[in-house]
Amino acid sequence: MSSEEFINKATDVANSARALSDEVASLASEASRLAIDTAGQSAGSPFIMGLTVLVLAVFVGYYVVWNVTPALHSPLMAVTNAISSVIIVGALIAAGPADVGFSEIMGFIAIVLAAVNIFGGFIVAQRMLQMFKKKQ
Amino acid sequence: MSSDLSALLYLAASVCFIMALRGLSHPTTSRQGNIFGIVGMVLAIGTTLMAPGVVSFGTILLGLLVGGAIGTVIALRIKMTALPQLVAAFHSLVGLAAVCVALATFYKPEAYGIGRVGDIQISSLVELAIGTAVGAITFTGSVVAFAKLQGLVSGAPLVFKMQHMLNAALGALVVVLLVLLCTTQEPLYLWVLIAVTLLLGFLLILPIGGADMPVVVSMLNSYSGWAACGIGFTLQNNLLIITGALVGSSGAILSYIMCKAMNRSFISVILGGFGAEADDGPAGSGGDDDRVVKSGSGDDAAFLMKNAGSVVIVPGYGMAVAQAQHTLREMVDLLKADGVNVRYAIHPVAGRMPGHMNVLLAEASVPYDEVLEMDEINRDFKSTDVVFVIGANDITNPAAKTDPKSPIYGMPILEVDQAQTVLFVKRGMSAGYAGVQNELFFRDNTMMLFGDAKQMCEKIVKSLEQL
Repeated sequence: MSSEEFINKATDVANSARALSDEVASLASEASRLAIDTAGQSAGSPFIMGLTVLVLAVFVGYYVVWNVTPALHSPLMAVTNAISSVIIVGALIAAGPADVGFSEIMGFIAIVLAAVNIFGGFIVAQRMLQMFKKKQ
Repeated sequence: MSSDLSALLYLAASVCFIMALRGLSHPTTSRQGNIFGIVGMVLAIGTTLMAPGVVSFGTILLGLLVGGAIGTVIALRIKMTALPQLVAAFHSLVGLAAVCVALATFYKPEAYGIGRVGDIQISSLVELAIGTAVGAITFTGSVVAFAKLQGLVSGAPLVFKMQHMLNAALGALVVVLLVLLCTTQEPLYLWVLIAVTLLLGFLLILPIGGADMPVVVSMLNSYSGWAACGIGFTLQNNLLIITGALVGSSGAILSYIMCKAMNRSFISVILGGFGAEADDGPAGSGGDDDRVVKSGSGDDAAFLMKNAGSVVIVPGYGMAVAQAQHTLREMVDLLKADGVNVRYAIHPVAGRMPGHMNVLLAEASVPYDEVLEMDEINRDFKSTDVVFVIGANDITNPAAKTDPKSPIYGMPILEVDQAQTVLFVKRGMSAGYAGVQNELFFRDNTMMLFGDAKQMCEKIVKSLEQL
């Protein structure tokens, strides 16, 4: 084997080794990505997460609301009406961007509507509850 | 602000809302509960304002100020008798706000990180469409409920042929539109969906009569919660899901309590038409009208009650209409000064919304521990000398227990017929909302006090002062 042939062969081997190592590296990154994905899946998709929260919240609501004294059912409706206006969170994000388009206008309208409810609901509830104060 | 931090703050807001409802378990803790609710809302709004995409603070502040001012003025001015229609009006706003947010999301999904226009994540789109539909039904349904409660349209049920067929067809159309919208992402289908559900909300509440309004108002309360919940799923926001679920289950429980108190199934209330038969003349009422009733004056009533050991007041919607609660309280004060034991008995469906009577009595400074619920007072009627029924009718009708043919048979009632004497304040001999004649009017130990509730109370107060 001439020295020239030897050098050529050595270069070939080195090249294929480099190619192999590249492949290993890409496989490794692929594997780690897969691992993250699977880990994410064990917690469930956003929908399943939301559903979990929903079901637990319905149970909390069920037990809390059965404990509300019937005398306060009207204030209960005023308060629940006010807090259901938490939908204003979505409206704020919609109206948030600096530019003005259809979505921003819809967001603005929703902010006004929800604000009427929030202020109106809490104030009317407070007015009612004030009447239920113990009289001396 | 990092998304973890804002998620934690949203969690804190959710806990505040749960505490707000928890506080309502007793009058003494209720005001603190309301404060919790306000804190939760401030947290929710503050956290959202610090989100990176939210920069146009001027516009937002303007919206909050305009809405807040309107809400504050209305809430401070509203009369407590008008509470049911106020709540109905507020529900309609939540429904409309849900529709607006859904539209904004549909046309700018990237602001919420759920895709691009025309390419919204399918699960988010389904939830968005459902939230929109429920919101639209809540909106027009509440507007009709408001109009009925305010007296803008007749409280009588509006029934026409093929009504249920039409509603069912519209319901099926909604499902078709949902599928089309989610498969094609075509904006037109969303707009048609909104139009159809707006119409559906209108048609669903129209046939429901005035007597069923407590159920309707609580049901719409529930719907407004589920609409918020649907939007919460779209935006993947746990705060909206939790709050929506709390409100949704609260409204559902109230509807259930109301239905049970009228011995009506939820389905039959929704299908509507209750009370319509009253126009055709209730069965057997023709013969009843010939019988004589004993009627008395304010002086007679004053004399009877002054000499009684115990008196139970049974208020109904008629008291609210006549604004008689303050005069009633004056009357009770005079009786109590004479050593008479006076208490109030509230039926769950007295009034036009759950707990309405309690609020009206509290407004007239009646201490809440003198106001008893049906289960607490029913066994005491046997040992009660005088029952004073003011503006109530069906909820005292013994036919609910004895006559299986009566439309109200099976409805739990306040058993006032067991008391020594029953005084009935009534304008005339007309039947109650259920269209049923009340057997009690013709009993020997019943005395009718014909007249306006407030004027009758004034007369009794006058003669009590002279006695």
